[in-house]
Formats: sequence, C-alpha cells, structure tokens
Amino acid sequence: MTTIVTGNGISGDDWADRDVFAFDCFWNGQELPEEPLAVAFPNDREAADLVPWLDRIGLIVVDFPAFSDGRGFSVARRLRELGYRGRLRASGPLVSDQLRAALKVGFDEVAVAPSVAARQPASHWKVGAQESYQDRIAV
Amino acid sequence: MYMYDDFDAAFVRGRVAEFRDQVARRLDGTLSEAEFLPIRLKNGLYLQLHAYMLRIAVPYGTLDSRKMRQLAYIADRWDKGYGHFTTRTNIQFNWPKLKDVPDILDALADVDMHAIQTSGNCIRNVTADHFAGAAADEIEDPRPTAELLRQWSTDHPEFAWLGRKFKIAVIASEHDRAVLKSHDIGVRIVRGVADEPGYEIFVGGGLGRTPMVAKQIRSFLPKAHLLPYLESILQVYNLQGRRDNKYKARIKILVHETGIDRFRELVETRFQEKLPQFNGVNQKILRRIEGSFVPPAFEAAQPMPPVLGAGLQSWIDTNVAAHRLDHYGIVTVSLKGIGETPGDASSDQMRLLADLAEEYAHDELRVSHEQNIVLPHVPRRHLPAIYDRLKAAGLATANIGLISDIIACPGMDYCALATARSIPVAQQIAERFHELGLEHEIGPMKIKISGCINACGHHHVGHIGILGLDRAGVENYQITLGGDGTETTVIGERAGPGFSYDEIVPAIERIVSAYLDVRTDPEETFIECFRRVGMTPFKEALYPPEEARSNAA
Repeated sequence: MTTIVTGNGISGDDWADRDVFAFDCFWNGQELPEEPLAVAFPNDREAADLVPWLDRIGLIVVDFPAFSDGRGFSVARRLRELGYRGRLRASGPLVSDQLRAALKVGFDEVAVAPSVAARQPASHWKVGAQESYQDRIAV
Repeated sequence: MYMYDDFDAAFVRGRVAEFRDQVARRLDGTLSEAEFLPIRLKNGLYLQLHAYMLRIAVPYGTLDSRKMRQLAYIADRWDKGYGHFTTRTNIQFNWPKLKDVPDILDALADVDMHAIQTSGNCIRNVTADHFAGAAADEIEDPRPTAELLRQWSTDHPEFAWLGRKFKIAVIASEHDRAVLKSHDIGVRIVRGVADEPGYEIFVGGGLGRTPMVAKQIRSFLPKAHLLPYLESILQVYNLQGRRDNKYKARIKILVHETGIDRFRELVETRFQEKLPQFNGVNQKILRRIEGSFVPPAFEAAQPMPPVLGAGLQSWIDTNVAAHRLDHYGIVTVSLKGIGETPGDASSDQMRLLADLAEEYAHDELRVSHEQNIVLPHVPRRHLPAIYDRLKAAGLATANIGLISDIIACPGMDYCALATARSIPVAQQIAERFHELGLEHEIGPMKIKISGCINACGHHHVGHIGILGLDRAGVENYQITLGGDGTETTVIGERAGPGFSYDEIVPAIERIVSAYLDVRTDPEETFIECFRRVGMTPFKEALYPPEEARSNAA
C-alpha cells in the first residue's frame, strides 16, 4: 500500500480505490464521472492546459520520475499560481529531505515510493519548525 | 560588511545540524549513496581524486579578518595547512575527512559562514565585482543586491533541484570585472532615463563545452522587480530546460534553442503573472542590507612616505589600482607567486592577510575570480609597510594582470573530472617568462587554463586560453586566442591542433614572440594586437611550415 506523508505525519492512501485519470482525460473524448477526479500530471506537461477544468479536479498527482528531477516543484508552484486549490500530491522516489520544499511549493502530500518507504522510517519524514528565507523575503 | 542577524545564524546552524543528521543516515544506510550525493554537493562536499573536497562559500568574495583567520584555523585543524581560492571566489579545502565535515561547518557558522549551495544543481554562490565599494566607476555597491539574491536563493524550495548548476553575478559599473556574461544570469546595476535605479539583465551565458555569451533579456528592470523577474526566468528554465543530457541542461542551451526573443516572451508573460504576488517586503530587506554595506570611515589625506626601492615601485605600479579616493589604493595581493599553485594560500599567509586588513585597510578583504586576494581600501601611506610584510611572506609578487597572473583550475592534481594537468602548466609558463625577464615587457595578458572541457579555468575568455584534454591516454593542450571576459566578452578562437605537455610552454612562447614582433608599439596590448591582426601571424608562429621547423632544429 502506498505511504502518504503530509506535514502532520504518515497515513495510508484514501484515494487508493479510486481511479486516477490521464492528464488529457478532459479532451481525449473519454466518459468521465461527475464527482471530483484525480488526474495524473506528467512533469513535462503545461499546467495552464488544465485551467478550464480545475474545479472538476479533487486531486492532482504530479509525477517525479527521479528524486533529482525537480520539475515537479515548479509544476506545483504553477498550479497554485493558476488558482488550483484542490489536493496536490507529489508521487515518486522523493526522499524525506525534500518534504520541506514540497510543502513550501504547494504540495499537500507526498506519495512515497515503496523502495524509499522501506528504508526511511516515519521518524525521518518530519519538517522542522525552522523559518525559511522565502518566508522572510518573497511572497 | 553584512552581519548575520538571529535568523541567518539560526538558519545556518539548522543546516549544519541537518547535514550532521544526513551524514549519520548515510552511514546507517537509510540514505543511499545516490540520494546522499546531491545532498552532500548542496553542502559543498565533493569527492575528488584522492579525498573529499569541501568548498566554502565566500558570498560576493567579501571577507574580514575574523573570517580569514577562521579559514586559516580550519586549514590547520582539519586540512593540510592551506586552502585554494577559486574562480567563483570561494575557498576549497582538499583533504577533509567526511566525519569532520559537520564540525568544520560548525566552525564556519561561528564566523557567519557556510558551504551551502557551493555545488549541486541549484543556484550557486552569488559573485560580484571584487572592487565593489572601492571602484571609482561604480554607480552603487553591487553587494547589497548580491546579498539579497543570496538570501532569496538559499534553500529556495522551487529551485533546489534544477537541471544543472545556476550561477548569478552582480556588477554596478560599465567595466566588467566579474565575467558577467559568462553567467546563467548577469545583473548589472544601471540608472533609467529619469535616473531611477534599476537593473540590466543578461541571461544564458556560460563556459563549459558549449561556451555562450549571455544575451540581454531586459535593458531596464525597476529595482523592486528583481526577485519576481528572476523567479520567472528560473521557473521557465526549471520547467523547460533539457533534462535528457547533462551537457545540454544549462539555461544557455534553452535560451539558444528557444531563441532569445521567444525566451523573453515566455519570461515576460510569467513575470506579469508573478509580479502581484510580491508585496515589497524584499525591498525593505534590501534597504536593511544596504545599511550594513556603508563605506568605512575613510581617513583624511596624509603624506605618503617616499617610495624607496624598485621592488616597491614595481609592485605599486602593477598591483595597486585606483581607488575612488585619490589617497587610497586598491591592493591586489597576488596568489600567483612564480612557481606556486595559482590561488593557493597557506594558513600563515591567510593570517598575515587578516592582520594587514585589520591594521591598515578597514578590516576588509576580497577574493577575486582571478584567484587573488584584494585589500579594497588601503590608505596609500601604508603601501610601503604592507609591501614589506607581504614580501617577507612570499606574497609580494608584482604580476597582477601580467602573463604569470594565470587562472588555472586544480586539474588532474586534484580533480576527478580533469583530463589533464593545469597547475604545472601554469607554474612552468610563469617560471619561463620570469626567467626571460619579459613579464613587464609583454604587459597586460590573461592566460587561463582548464584541465577539462568543463572550463573551470575560464580558458574560453583568456587572451590565451589553454584546454587540457586526454587524447588516447596522452595529455593534449588546445590553444584558443582572443578571448575576453570583460564588458566586451568574446569567446576565444581555436588556433589549431593541440600540443603535448612538453610542447605547450614553447608554443606559448612562440605566440608571445609573434606578438612582440607584430605589435605597433609597446602600448598596443596583446588583445588589441590580436583584434587588429587576427589569427594569422599567431597561427604561423604556432605551426611553422615543415621547412622552417627543420631549419630551426
């Protein structure tokens, strides 16, 4: 089962038994249910493409193909800038040292890859109380 | 000088504790080596050929005696009694042990220093004009802007995992002493049509295997718009920069492939969206930072003691630049002693430099990208005393801007990436021309040497550039000519086939002889001469026809 980490600790995946739709589900002609959808976001796609449908989305899952591929951090920042207020999940082999940055750019949670979860116990997935330069300087 | 406030101090301590924990997690296996690698790099820790190497940030090259003495202490306590000043105005220690690194970082935090983001695919240490605050031609001190950028870029959550390293420099004068246009972003402080303060922004410069001169993206940006504008550039780069090939991942490739006009459109669109998110707090912080870069309490003009001795006179002529006050000078202490390793300083030398800064020079020191140490504010009356003490420590070499003032990367003597030696080539060139007694006759000359294609030694912008490669297990040195790292940046032109380790110094000698032959008069510098006559006479000198060669033999 996928491990979900938020700023408050570790939990299971409450979306596990529901579908995650493809990024282009809104315009590829497929039948979609009425309730809020989960949508997969490959990190090379354009966030602005989703803008007309943001209010139909309950969860966006941004893919991190590798922990060192940081495009997802800008995808999250961009989605928030474009007005997305739903849940935002980072999914991939992120390490606990990246949780702080993930939450800062607008992610609500990280879906930890099983390979990483097996090595990194819950105690590692903590965000210190330390203020960041960003809090002080920018937005 | 910028002094840490409680926040800065707590932040740096927090990062030391975090790194201590990361080292422990690497040792107990919960962090894999692949995961630990970028984490240690972001804390300045490399694995070199023989040992770890710790690169310590010297933001915008500025130090004081307290910091310099602590670097000397670190060199003695945890290293081999010396350090190496780099072309990004940092200092590297070549022999630390992994287990000691957290303690070294704590010792740095004691004097408001750190090693954060001196490596890795993130925004690196921000550099500035090493004559900042002292140069007559500057509009304002560029360091407050550089410090604002240091704070903004430190641990930036969105830009900590970029496709590649990202370098920013700031200057505030027409004359560029910081190689601005070889940076990913170059920021030049300017004044607008109504004399309002702002910035000219350049993007997409870089050396490495695909050297590019940065292009102007904005001719005038109001001061308050700097951070949203830079965030826009970085966001476009982070999302659209290539990730498929490490050698195509710098922003210069994105700018080149996209075209500067299209790239500018992307950035400007993003900028319009971002601007409203910035509430002006950063400008309040900038004003506070500016308050800590007030000029020192300059003394009134006093008589200069007589200059007795040709050595002192030559050193003053060569190593002391004009200060914005006539009775002050900017002293550049050469770390290019003949036959020494360019940029290296022993702990004793560091302590002497700290003493001189404290006793004579308003307690300020700078590291230059040319790997020398600058005393930016020296009353001219103290020059004789300073010279005597430098001389006793082997630091009075009068060669700033001359042929032996060579930039050289560590090369195969230290670096795991190097394909050839750089340091011994620099040493032999310096020794050869010193022996010939020709340094002053040759005049201004910038030789820059890189031991691999990554171009840490800036060879592309050397008047004479030397690139050491590996050809089937044999060192081969390629020569470029006509490079320029100032406001008129030019990438040097390759002269032709490379030379072996034994042939490279004689080849440089032939270039120099050709220059001395074809220059109109001693006033015409090498670079001016090259621009006038082009490559041909130098090519002929480098590659004489077979006949001439056998006649000479």
